[in-house]
Amino acid sequence: MNGNPATYAIWLAVLLMIGLHQDVWNWDNDRLVFGFMPVALFYHACFSVAAGILWFLATVVAWPEELEALDAEADRNSGMAEVGTEGGKES
Amino acid sequence: MIQIGIISVYLTLLLGLGLFTKRLFRGTSKDYQLASSSIGPFLLLMSVFGTTMTAFALVGSTGESYKEGVGVYGLLASSSGLIHSLCFFLIGVKVWSLGKRHGYSTQIQLFRDRLESDKIGLILFPVLVGLIIPYLLIGVMSSGAVINGVTEGAFTTWFATSDYGVPTWLGSLVVCGVVLLYVFYGGMRGTAWANAFQTMVFMVLGVVTFVFIANKIGEAANPDSSGFFDNLRAASEQVLEKNPSRLKRTTDEKDANKYKDLYKKWETLAHYNWAVKNKGLVFTPEQAEAVKKAQENFPKKTVPNYEMVVAAGYAAENGLIDLTDEEKRIALFVQDDRAFDPAKDPLVDGEGTPLPLGAYPRIPGIETEKSLKIFADRIGHPDALLDENDPAKGKKWSRKQAVGIYKAGNWAPEKPHPISQLKFLTYFFIPLSVGMFPHLFQHWLTARRGGNFKLVVVAHPIFIMIVWVPCVLIGVWATSAVIDGRPVIPPQFPPNVVLAKLVKDMTTPVLGGFLTAGILAAIMSSLDSQFLCIGTIFTNDIVVHYFGGRKISDKQKLWLTRSFIIGIVIITYLFSLAEPRRVFQMGVWCFSGFSALFPLVFAALYWRKLTKMGAYAAVLGAITSWCYLFYQSDFGNNPHYEVELAPGWGVMPVVAMIATSIVLMVAVSLVTRPPSKETLDKFFPKG
Repeated sequence: MNGNPATYAIWLAVLLMIGLHQDVWNWDNDRLVFGFMPVALFYHACFSVAAGILWFLATVVAWPEELEALDAEADRNSGMAEVGTEGGKES
Repeated sequence: MIQIGIISVYLTLLLGLGLFTKRLFRGTSKDYQLASSSIGPFLLLMSVFGTTMTAFALVGSTGESYKEGVGVYGLLASSSGLIHSLCFFLIGVKVWSLGKRHGYSTQIQLFRDRLESDKIGLILFPVLVGLIIPYLLIGVMSSGAVINGVTEGAFTTWFATSDYGVPTWLGSLVVCGVVLLYVFYGGMRGTAWANAFQTMVFMVLGVVTFVFIANKIGEAANPDSSGFFDNLRAASEQVLEKNPSRLKRTTDEKDANKYKDLYKKWETLAHYNWAVKNKGLVFTPEQAEAVKKAQENFPKKTVPNYEMVVAAGYAAENGLIDLTDEEKRIALFVQDDRAFDPAKDPLVDGEGTPLPLGAYPRIPGIETEKSLKIFADRIGHPDALLDENDPAKGKKWSRKQAVGIYKAGNWAPEKPHPISQLKFLTYFFIPLSVGMFPHLFQHWLTARRGGNFKLVVVAHPIFIMIVWVPCVLIGVWATSAVIDGRPVIPPQFPPNVVLAKLVKDMTTPVLGGFLTAGILAAIMSSLDSQFLCIGTIFTNDIVVHYFGGRKISDKQKLWLTRSFIIGIVIITYLFSLAEPRRVFQMGVWCFSGFSALFPLVFAALYWRKLTKMGAYAAVLGAITSWCYLFYQSDFGNNPHYEVELAPGWGVMPVVAMIATSIVLMVAVSLVTRPPSKETLDKFFPKG
């Protein structure tokens, strides 16, 4: 993993999300958001969207550096494999 | 019959796809097992998501929210969105890079290298297979249940014992056969393509199902509603009025009072029945006349067994039931069909406290036996009228309906269960299971580039939301939906069939056929990967490693993988014929077992001090605690089983399993010899 401050911020955000998942303030609340969506469900649907955003940021700032080298190698091998492929079978 | 036609066309299409991908198959075992590590980001996302979303997500979530309410989404869907992606990020990417560098194709190969242990496969293989069989069972059982539920009444004379629909054994058999065939021919490449196709099918059709069912329930709840959003509001307001606890995680006062009232009536019924059978209670002609009048005037004739409830109420009000305290307690056990023998079984514990009903299990299968006897003249083809001369009496009952009505009319009412905050918190450990799913491990290794994981990590929580939110809403609405004055889902209906029942009763036959195909798509997109993965583990980690060496040719490996897959499909299918449990609960137990192994994979990748003996201890601790707790939960039959840390402090069993696994792994690792420096340098390179 990257050791930059942004990476630590991501892991802190993950911990914060784990805390936010425990929405004790909604436990006894049966209010309907927009008149149909139970608030407990609405909150957790928003939580899912927030998780998607958090993981997007993680892939931007905390993506493992060593993968870049491996990907470059995979790209080179894939080019070579195409050259070395004969009749759909690996040569 | 239309539904059967559409389902058949869909299954044939899938077979066609399997045969098409066979043309892309390169003929090597690596291509069969890992698609030659050539899968791009979109296909990786769709296949990983399709594999993760099982029958558990569609059939299980709808059934469970029908039973427990909206809290089900927070219990597993939102937590999975965060934790699954965390596992992809921390475990999946790392595993992929190690697999790429050192050529692993299964978990066991990686552990064998990392721990310098030749024998780790012998302990891990049975554990992984043992845990994955219940996971497979969820899919196989659900596919049969869904096909049966949707095709109910499709035949006029055949399959009467399956409510004139495709029997569950036949539905499960066909689905197993189709999955087996396309996995057999297409291998991982076929599986990845089929998964991507099926994931798109079930996501699109899932949304269509939601719109249809929402409109239907909403229109019935409020005939004046106009438009989709009005219907959504009407459907939810109906729940707020009738079953408010389903919209939150506590028990609403209204539901608590309703339960108290129902329980009191049920006690009276039990005492009355006991008095009639054992104390010679008989109404005089005047009393019988008064009871008859009260029954005619009873306002809610849809209440199951209302005639008996009214008679019992009359007898109690007029002091006709004369039982001792002991007889009263016996009456409750007998009424609830508990395996209780009044002649020898105790009624109180050692301290003299009366035993609760749960102290004795229910007699297995008694509800089917009794309901078939009591309602023999009402059970029949669901399109036939109960009374030819009076269509207002409605149609004949299905067997499932009769069993549900028997249970609702005779068994003790179910106490509303709030979701405790501690239980909710500890559910968070269950999604860790994806870190150890062997089939996901194999999917990770199919990626061509590490960067292909980015889309999977980001989109996974959003995709979970798209699938789960509609299912949970539909399940909650089903608790209160009424059409033509009758509940859409009869009382005590099996949760596994709630979604199929809604699809059948609330959509047109054509759409119902397509929607069923969508549900089957979700189920099959997991079964295929699981079948393939255990075949791969068996071939690579057991046969080739311990028995074959270089003597086994690549072609033989391919056939070994395929043969083992067939064996596992047969075993799973045979298990699926046994008595079904709630899909959701079975899933939770299966995931808990994999979660208990999570510390092992995490430590193998991030803790240099993990030793061979520490790993053995972790696996043994995980599986021993799983077996013990599963036994304690009455083999998964108690859906509310918790491990009590202290009185009132119940946590999910997974916590105890993970704690056992961690404590043993760390303690043993710290006192045993670590792997060599070469191995540690290989797995933990500097810089």
